[in-house]
Amino acid sequence: MNSNVNMTNEEYSSYVDTKAKNSPIVKNIIWAFLVGGLICTIGQLITNLFMYLGCSKDDSTMICTISLIFIGAFLTAINVYAKIGQHAGAGSIVPITGFSNSIVAPAIEFKTEGYVLGIGANMFKIAGPVLVYGTTASVIIGFIYWLITMFI
Amino acid sequence: MDMCMELLKVFLTGGIICSIGQILIDKTKLTPARILVIFVTMGVILTFLGIYAPIVEFGKAGATVPISGFGYALGKGVMEAVDEMGFLGIFVGGIKSCAAGIAAAIIFGFLASLFAKPTSK
Amino acid sequence: MKIGKQTIKLENTPKILQTSSIVGPKESQGPLSQYFDTHIDDIFFGEKTFEKAESKFMKTCIDNLLSKVPTSPENIDYIFAGDLLNQCICSGYCIRDLNIPFFGLYGACSTFCESLSLASAFVNAGYANKAIAATSSHFCSAERQFRMPLEHGNQKSPTAQCTVTGSGAAIVVPKDVGTQGPFVTYITPGKIVDLGITDMTNMGAAMMPAAFNTVMTHLQDTGRNANYYDVIATGDLGVLGSEMLVDLLRKEGVDLQGIHADCGALIYDHEKQDTHCGGSGCGCMASVFSGYFYEQLKTKKINKILIVATGALMSPLSVQQGESIPGIAHAIAIENEV
Repeated sequence: MNSNVNMTNEEYSSYVDTKAKNSPIVKNIIWAFLVGGLICTIGQLITNLFMYLGCSKDDSTMICTISLIFIGAFLTAINVYAKIGQHAGAGSIVPITGFSNSIVAPAIEFKTEGYVLGIGANMFKIAGPVLVYGTTASVIIGFIYWLITMFI
Repeated sequence: MDMCMELLKVFLTGGIICSIGQILIDKTKLTPARILVIFVTMGVILTFLGIYAPIVEFGKAGATVPISGFGYALGKGVMEAVDEMGFLGIFVGGIKSCAAGIAAAIIFGFLASLFAKPTSK
Repeated sequence: MKIGKQTIKLENTPKILQTSSIVGPKESQGPLSQYFDTHIDDIFFGEKTFEKAESKFMKTCIDNLLSKVPTSPENIDYIFAGDLLNQCICSGYCIRDLNIPFFGLYGACSTFCESLSLASAFVNAGYANKAIAATSSHFCSAERQFRMPLEHGNQKSPTAQCTVTGSGAAIVVPKDVGTQGPFVTYITPGKIVDLGITDMTNMGAAMMPAAFNTVMTHLQDTGRNANYYDVIATGDLGVLGSEMLVDLLRKEGVDLQGIHADCGALIYDHEKQDTHCGGSGCGCMASVFSGYFYEQLKTKKINKILIVATGALMSPLSVQQGESIPGIAHAIAIENEV
């Protein structure tokens, strides 16, 4: 009698895959589509409202961003965003409200470790990479664009 | 009627972008943090290649509200700044165009942490 | 006395004199709720942080145990305890106030069997007359340490498990205290087994090979058949891990059908409570054994049980560095008649 599971790592991994329930992908996509679409539509309504009130297009877009970030932060603080996220998945992660959620969630969580090393140091625990890679990418394309404008 | 048509386009564009994210999560086991990084970087690159602007033209908030729209703002901002300021624009443009969003996220995050208490789901 | 490859036979069959269990709000709504001694509805337990709350869970559990025996902390020789937090701070701060010599243990979710094994071995050898084994876990403190912040809106994988908020403790004494069991007869400390699973959201799959190895080794070393036991209870393999364990053991000719139970699968109602594959954590087996199975042994509904606590010995750091998740499982045979 053998006391070990008689499989190689690869065999075991594919055995687990056959047994594990897959994510309900169709259901997840429908949720993501609806929630994501809805958040964007709310954003458009806010933009339209401020354009109607006489703000410029750029200002209205900026107000829309700030408003959505506020909504995301508020829903996170009252513990609603996490519940939406369990169903909506990418639908609530990808929009800017999800960016806001990913900053507010660790801020609340690490409050117990103090203002500086708790809230301050952990606020960008999840969203930090977005800024790092977003900024890096923008500097790289800025540099390429600068080269193009210089020599062409 | 125009308004309805516009909102429908926004809804579709936003929905499709989020669905792509969902497919990545379910099919590739990428964590949400990685998804966000991929989206924002793709947003910057597609903007540079001139592909994202037409999507924004069509989908409006449907394309700017998802995090790839953050990349669009970074990319658009840096190119405008280079046009205006030359070399220094490379460093100024990106963040400047997103300043409102970043500042808002920080301040609301800080305020929320003052008032909210962590809970279990 | 060591027998076979890695099993220890406890000739003096120390006795589990009493147990105590405490659980949080979610477990209180689960199907085993009535078996737990103490139910706490506040996830903070009146404390400011989740870590302090977890410490208080364990402290309350041990205090309850001492009041049930009854004895005072001075009469306890040694305590073996552990939890999931870095440097086992929950156990440390809990036992700080008790003034009992303390062994801090870490075996991830297998810690309950690890501490109960050592407590039994100490009593068996005559080094202690009263030894306590205790472990705890807390959903929120574990989630913070191992996964994402609680308020972050992410989706759980269908293979994910939910850390149990709770604690369990047992006191081990020599056989001749009183007449009734249950007694600890064999312990089989497990080996680390790693079949290359890297998915942190599928702990059941990562730990299952270790449980398989420990169960098989135990049966070989003792020469027993699986159906010698009324119940073979694994710690927190969850629904998926349990299914695979039963399936793979059947292929080796060991039939666990009707004998196998999993504490992680028992503690929640998965449909209603949205717990996917079930519970996990040090507190899972600790509370389910101390609450449910110990009661069953006492009332003679079952007489022979093999408890196999399973643990995943990784940290978020090792997973980020691309390491796979090593599993471990320790088994203890507990019987009413010796």
